[in-house]
Amino acid sequence: MYSEKVLDHFHHPRNQGKMKAADGIGQVGNPVCGDIMKIYIKVGQNADSVPIIEDIKFETLGCGAAIATSSMLTEMAKGKTIDEALKIGKLEIAQELGGLPEAKLHCSILAHDGLKAAVADYRQNKNKS
Amino acid sequence: MVSVKKVYLDNAATTPVDSRVLKAMLPYFENNFGNASSLHQFGLDARVAVDRAQKKIADFFACSKAEIYFTSGATESNNLAIWGLIQRLRLDQPGFQPHLIVSSIEHDAVLESVRALAARGLAEVSYVPVTARGVVKVEKLVAAVKANTVLVSVMYVNNEIGTIQPIEKIGATIAKLNRKRPQKIYFHTDATQALNYCDCRVSHLGVDLLSFSGHKIYGPKGIGGLYLKSGVVLEPLFFGGHQQNNIRPGTYNVSGIVGLATAIDLIGASNRQRENQRIEKLRDRLIATVQREISGVVLNGDLVKRSPNNANFVFRGVEGESLVLLLSERGIAVSTGSACSSGSLEPSHVLAALGLAPELAHGSLRVSLGRFNRQTDIDYFVTELTRAVKRLRKMSPL
Ligand SMILES: Cc1ncc(COP(=O)(O)O)c(C=O)c1O
Ligand SMILES: [Zn+2]
Repeated sequence: MYSEKVLDHFHHPRNQGKMKAADGIGQVGNPVCGDIMKIYIKVGQNADSVPIIEDIKFETLGCGAAIATSSMLTEMAKGKTIDEALKIGKLEIAQELGGLPEAKLHCSILAHDGLKAAVADYRQNKNKS
Repeated sequence: MVSVKKVYLDNAATTPVDSRVLKAMLPYFENNFGNASSLHQFGLDARVAVDRAQKKIADFFACSKAEIYFTSGATESNNLAIWGLIQRLRLDQPGFQPHLIVSSIEHDAVLESVRALAARGLAEVSYVPVTARGVVKVEKLVAAVKANTVLVSVMYVNNEIGTIQPIEKIGATIAKLNRKRPQKIYFHTDATQALNYCDCRVSHLGVDLLSFSGHKIYGPKGIGGLYLKSGVVLEPLFFGGHQQNNIRPGTYNVSGIVGLATAIDLIGASNRQRENQRIEKLRDRLIATVQREISGVVLNGDLVKRSPNNANFVFRGVEGESLVLLLSERGIAVSTGSACSSGSLEPSHVLAALGLAPELAHGSLRVSLGRFNRQTDIDYFVTELTRAVKRLRKMSPL
């Protein structure tokens, strides 16, 4: 049912775990299926002083697709500027994984939303300080 | 790839074919390949095989040979029972709008059949709820009966949570109601998951129709049957040759029929009571060890009115599909009622009918034992399960 790449990310998730002193944390849930995802980001700057996602971690309670897309997203977003990372499309993560079964696409949207929430949290924290 | 131990604990999904069943079937592919309706010797040999099979099956259900019909499996049997009866009654009584009652935990083969009838305006349907333990309450069922009720369909053993429904009691209750009403209520049970473990004598159960399938009882896939009490008339689902009284036309699947009968015979012959006790002991030890080794475990379904081979757990803070995938990597086969695994994005309708919150159904796991499981399988399973649950909980944000 799942592609080899999906299973690889599921069995060997990248950037999985908590992050201490994260700059932004986003937690999103899918009320339909019950999956929950938490994304942590550490924000740095590139040579042009543009904010980038220096480090990213995830924690997920969810199905194979939810875990694999969380893992894939962290790989895709890491090192990108925040604006670039936010441009990662909803379906792009699934595409990068070699596709997901039709019924599983909703699970992959969670990763996209999780990153958006983490960035929003980071921006809010920054405005406060 | 490293070879891992293989442990099959998904016997409610399907069972392996018993080697004795396979052996009985093999001659009917190559040598005795005749069409059971042909007049020549090849045909007669096949006819004899079908007759013998029918007799064995009739003995198991304590009915007469002519009351056993062969189908492609329990899905077809359920459709034939429900659609066949409703269509027949509608043809016999033009303008009559029949009413059916089913439990809310039926297999989709029943639920979708009645939904399709309702969607076409061919019948009204009532769904009777179950208790939090997954058992139909007979009083609730009686309360749903109307003047135009023609059929009650309640499964014998639930395929997800293994609960045994009070078929005998429902049968007796309907018989009593029928004595006082002009419109007879027919009683159908989907016994697919019950044959291995429960008394299936039809007059004892008080059923008019009973569905069963080969591949849940160590027989082949694609063959099943319907017990149809003599005098009950069905409209066929499809039309063709004149086999099986025109009720289910089509060339007899001789090898499948021989396999089905052999599988049914083996349930009786293999000393059901002792086998039930053996499986129950394995299952109870499995549950006890899981409860000892893992925290946050909920058990679904009545623990007494239950098939001896079924355990259905919820592991809090774990998603079922992930658990199935991790265990599969370790050679273990089990299943889940999680919404993520369903395709429809809905958690299992059976777990929902128990009143289980969706976030709990999310972490459900069904373990169904069978004839070929031994204690070493259970030990290996619990070790791997403990590891997998720990791993997934560690990945969770909760
Ligand atoms: C209770 C029940 N009814 C019906 C079926 C469908 O049986 P079959 O696969 O023979 O069509 C199954 C098995 O999936 C079942 O468990
Ligand atoms: Zn999911």
